[in-house]
Amino acid sequence: MSSAILWAPLAFGLVGLFLPKRAVGWWAVLGTVVTLGLAIAVAIGFDGNSSALQYAVDEPWISGLGVDYSLGVDGLNLFLILLTTVLWTGGVAFAAFREQERAKTFYFLMLVAETATLGSFLAQDLLLFVLFFDLMLVPFYFLFGAWGHDRSAEGGLTASAATLKMIVYTLIGSLLMLVAAIATAVLAADGGHLTFSIASLNEHGLTQGSQRWIFWFFAAAFLVKMPAFLLHGWMPDAYRAAPLPALVVFSGVLAKVGAYGFLRVVLPLFPDATVEFQEVILIIALASILYGSVMAFTQTNVRLIAGYSSVAQLGFITAGIFALSADGADGAVLQMVNHGLVVAPLFVIVAILLERTGSEDIREMGGMALRAPVLAALFLIVALATLAMPGSANFVGEFYILNGLFEAKIVFAFIAISGVAMSAYYALRLYQQTMHNRKPEGLLSREIGLRDGLVLVPLVLCILGLALYPQLVLERTAPSVDKSVSRVRDGETPSARLASMSKQELKEILTPAPGNTP
Amino acid sequence: MNFHEPHIDYAGISPVIALTVGLCVVLLSAVFKPLRRSAPLLTMLTLGVTAGLLIWQWDDPKTLITGALRLDDLAISISLIAILTAAFCVVLSIRERATEEAGSGEYHALLLGSVLGMVLLAQATNLVSFFVALEMLSIPLYILCATNLRREGSLESGLKYLIVGSIGSATLLYGMAFLYGGTGATNFAGIADGIARNGLDGDPLILIGIAMAAVGLAFKTSIAPFHQWTPDVYQGAPTPITAFMAVATKAAAFAVFLRFFDVALGSQLDSWQPALAALAAISIVVGNVGALGQDSLKRMLGYSGVAQAGYMLGGVVVLSDAGTSSLVFYLAAYAFMNLAAFAVIVGRERETIYGDDIRAVRGLGVERPLLAWPLTISMLALAGLPATAGFIGKLYLIEALVEGDYTWLAVFIAVGTMISLAYYLRVVAAMWMGPEGESVTGATPVIAGASPEADPVDPEASRRWYIVGPALLAAAATVFFGVIPQPLVEFASHAGSTLFG
Repeated sequence: MSSAILWAPLAFGLVGLFLPKRAVGWWAVLGTVVTLGLAIAVAIGFDGNSSALQYAVDEPWISGLGVDYSLGVDGLNLFLILLTTVLWTGGVAFAAFREQERAKTFYFLMLVAETATLGSFLAQDLLLFVLFFDLMLVPFYFLFGAWGHDRSAEGGLTASAATLKMIVYTLIGSLLMLVAAIATAVLAADGGHLTFSIASLNEHGLTQGSQRWIFWFFAAAFLVKMPAFLLHGWMPDAYRAAPLPALVVFSGVLAKVGAYGFLRVVLPLFPDATVEFQEVILIIALASILYGSVMAFTQTNVRLIAGYSSVAQLGFITAGIFALSADGADGAVLQMVNHGLVVAPLFVIVAILLERTGSEDIREMGGMALRAPVLAALFLIVALATLAMPGSANFVGEFYILNGLFEAKIVFAFIAISGVAMSAYYALRLYQQTMHNRKPEGLLSREIGLRDGLVLVPLVLCILGLALYPQLVLERTAPSVDKSVSRVRDGETPSARLASMSKQELKEILTPAPGNTP
Repeated sequence: MNFHEPHIDYAGISPVIALTVGLCVVLLSAVFKPLRRSAPLLTMLTLGVTAGLLIWQWDDPKTLITGALRLDDLAISISLIAILTAAFCVVLSIRERATEEAGSGEYHALLLGSVLGMVLLAQATNLVSFFVALEMLSIPLYILCATNLRREGSLESGLKYLIVGSIGSATLLYGMAFLYGGTGATNFAGIADGIARNGLDGDPLILIGIAMAAVGLAFKTSIAPFHQWTPDVYQGAPTPITAFMAVATKAAAFAVFLRFFDVALGSQLDSWQPALAALAAISIVVGNVGALGQDSLKRMLGYSGVAQAGYMLGGVVVLSDAGTSSLVFYLAAYAFMNLAAFAVIVGRERETIYGDDIRAVRGLGVERPLLAWPLTISMLALAGLPATAGFIGKLYLIEALVEGDYTWLAVFIAVGTMISLAYYLRVVAAMWMGPEGESVTGATPVIAGASPEADPVDPEASRRWYIVGPALLAAAATVFFGVIPQPLVEFASHAGSTLFG
C-alpha cells in the first residue's frame, strides 16, 4: 500500500508523456485523485492507538551499502501524506483548468514532484529520506525555471536565476545532510553491520560529540527548506518566479518536510544535541516569527505576503517542536497540516485575483467582495484560519504549541504570543485590501467560476472540517509524537538521566531481573 | 641439461593479444582499398572480442609474465570501462572530420593502441610494465589530440598534451628511480619488501620517490595543481577523443594509482595519506571554481573532470575495500555521465555554428528533446542529484571516506558539489529556460566563407543514430544504475575486494 501511494503519481506521469496533449491535464488529475484515494484508504485503515509503523515495506535496496527500501506510515506522517495528496489534487486540477505551455512535461514534473514528496514522508530509511528530500528539488527546479515568471523588468531576478538561487540554498543544506546521514550510520554501526534504517539507528545512540555536528548538518537542511530566518534568502525570489499551480503545492507541503524531518530524524536520533541546542533553535524560530510577521505586513506583493507569513508560521511550528514536550509537538504536527490547508487556497485565490487584476500588488486591488460575495466568503474563512481565530483548527494548534512552550521556556512563549497578534494584522490587511476598499478603475470583479470553485471549495471544506473536529488529527498523531519526543522530553536526555541517577537506581537497571535469566 | 619451457598463460594474456592483433589488422586495413571503410567496424570487433575475453577471465585472478602483470577483477573492471568508452568513441567518430583528415585506419589503430596501454596499465604490478603501459597509453593520445589537422586548436592541444605529458612521465620515472634505488626491486611486492627489509620506513629518499610518483600520476589523472593542461587539451582535441580521454585515461590511471600505492607503498600509508587527501581537497576546490565561468562546454567538462578526479582520489586515500569499490563504481558512473554529455556536444558541434559553446545548446529542450534529456540527465548526475548513478557514486565514496576516518574530505566533496551546481545547472537552464527565439541549428555564419571549423558539417547531425543512440544509451544507463544500483555495486565491490582479499 505504501509503495502504491508512492509510485502511483510517477506511473501516471510516465504514461501521460505518451498521451495526446489535450488529455494529459485530466490524466494528471486522475493520477492525483487515485493517489488521494489510496491515501484516504490508508487513513481509514490506520490504527490510531498505536505508535508502531503501519503498512510497512522493507526490502534491501543496495545491500552493499546498507540502504533499504523501507517505507511506513505512523502518526507523524499520516496526515502529512493526506495533506500532500489533497494539495496536489487541488494544484493539478487548478492547472488542468487552464492552458499550460509544454503541457506534457509540465504535468510529468508535477507528478514526479508528488512522488518525491510522498517519498520523503514515507521513507523509514535515513538515506532513502535524504534521497527523496533532494529529489523533491529537481522537478521544482524545472517547474519554477521553465514555467516561471521573469521578474528582471521589475528589478527582480529572471526565473532561471531565481531557481538557481533556490536550488543552491537548499542543496547546501541537503548535501551536508547526506554526509551527516552517512556519518550517523557509520558511527552507529561502529565497524559492525551498516544500516540506515531509522528504527535500528534509534537503538544505537551516538556520542554527544558526534551528535553535535551531525545535528547542525541536519538542522541546516531543514531550516533552509522551511525557510527559517537568515536562511530564507531564496524565498522571495523563488516565490515571485514560481508558476502558481506549482507554488500551491510547494508552499503548502515542501516547507513541512523540513519540520517533519526534525520530528522524524533529529529528535529521536540526536537527543543530546537537541537538548543542548534547544534554545538556539528556539531563538531562530522566534526570529522567524517576528521577522516573517513584520515583513508580511509591510509587503505589498500578495505572493510575498503569503510567503513571509509562511516563514512566521513555520517559526511557530519549529518552536512547538523544540518545546520538547508532547503538547508542543502535537500542536506542531496539527499546525503543519493547518498551515498547508490554509496557504494552498490562499495561493489559489492569489491566482484568481491575478487573473482579474493583472497585478500582484494589493494597492491595485480592492472592492472585490461587492460583486463576488462567494469568493470573498471563502477568502474570509481562509484569512480567519490564518490568524488562528478561536474555533479554527489553527487556534487549537497554536494553543497546543504555546502551551508546550509555556511549560518549557516561559520567556520564549511570551515573545511567541506577539506573533499571534501580528498574524491577525497581516491576514486582515490582505483580506481588506483585496476584497474591500475602493475598487480601482478597470478592475474586473465577478464571481468565481464553477471550475475554480471546484478547486477552492473542497480545500476550504477541509479547513472547516478540521476546525470542527481537530481531534481527528490530534488523536492519531499523539502516540507517535509521544514516542518521537520521549527521549528529549523536559530537556532531559538519556545520558543526562543516567548521570542524575543514584548508584542504587543504576544498579537496578544494570542487573537483570531474576525472571529474565535463563 | 634441461631446458624448461617457460609457462605462458595464454588465456591470461589473450585480451592483450586480441587487442594487438586487432590493432595491426585495423592499421593494415587502411592499405587495402576495399577494406578502407571498414576500420570502425574492425575496431568495434576487436573491442568486442577483447571485452569477451576479459569477461571470460572474470573471477580468476592470476599473475602473468613473471609478475609483470596481474589480471584480477580490478584490472578487468577498469579495462571494461576503458573498452566501453572506446566503443562509444568509435561510434561518435563516425563522420567526424578528424577521422577523414587523419585517415580512418590510422585514427582507429591509434585508439586501439591507447586502449592496449590502458588494459596493460590496469594490470601492471611492476615499475617497468607500469611505465611502458603508461607511455603506450599516452603516445597515441598525443597524436589523436592533433588529428583535426586543419584546426589550430587541435594541433595546439596535441603539442600541449605532449609537453605536459612528458613532464609528468619524466617526474614519474624519476620517482621510480628513487624507489628502485632504495629497494633494488621493480615489482610492487618487491618494493614493499625492500622498504621493510632495508629499514627504509620514512626514509627521505623513499619519500621523495613517493612524492614524485604521486605527482606523475596526478598529471595523468588531472588532479590539481597538476591539471593546467586539462581544459586546453580537452577543448582542442576532437570531441570523441576528448570523451575517450576524459573517462578512460582517468580510469586506467586510477587503477594503477590504487595498485601502486596499496601494494608497493602500503606500509608508508602515514606519509602519503594526508598528502593525497590534501591533493584531493585542492582538486575539488580548483576544479569546481575553475569551471564556474566557462562558456565552452568542453572546457567546463575539463574543469569538472578535475573536480571529479578530486572526489575519486578520496577512494584511493582511504586505502580500503570500500574505497576501492567506491572508486570503481564512481568511474563506471562517471563514464556514463560524461559520455552522454560528450555525445550531445558532438551532435551540436556538427549542426550549429557555435561549436562547443554553451550557446549551441540553447533552446535544446524544445528543439531537440532527444538530445536535451541526455544532457540534462548527465548534468544532474554529475551534480550528484538523486535517481542518477552520480548520487549513488557520491554516497558510496562518502561512506568509504567516513568509514576511513576522512569525514572532513567527505564534507569537502559536499561543498564542492554545491559549487558545481552553479555551472552544471547553467547548462540545464540554457537548454530549458533559455530565451525563446532564433533557432541555432544549421544557422549560416554571419560572414560567408568563415573558417572551416565554424561551418556546420551536418545540419541534421543530432537526428543521426550514431549521435542520438550513444547519448540515449549512456543517459539511460545513468538513470538505470541510479534507480537499481545493485548490479553495479556488486560489480564494483567484487573489483574492490580483489586488491585486499
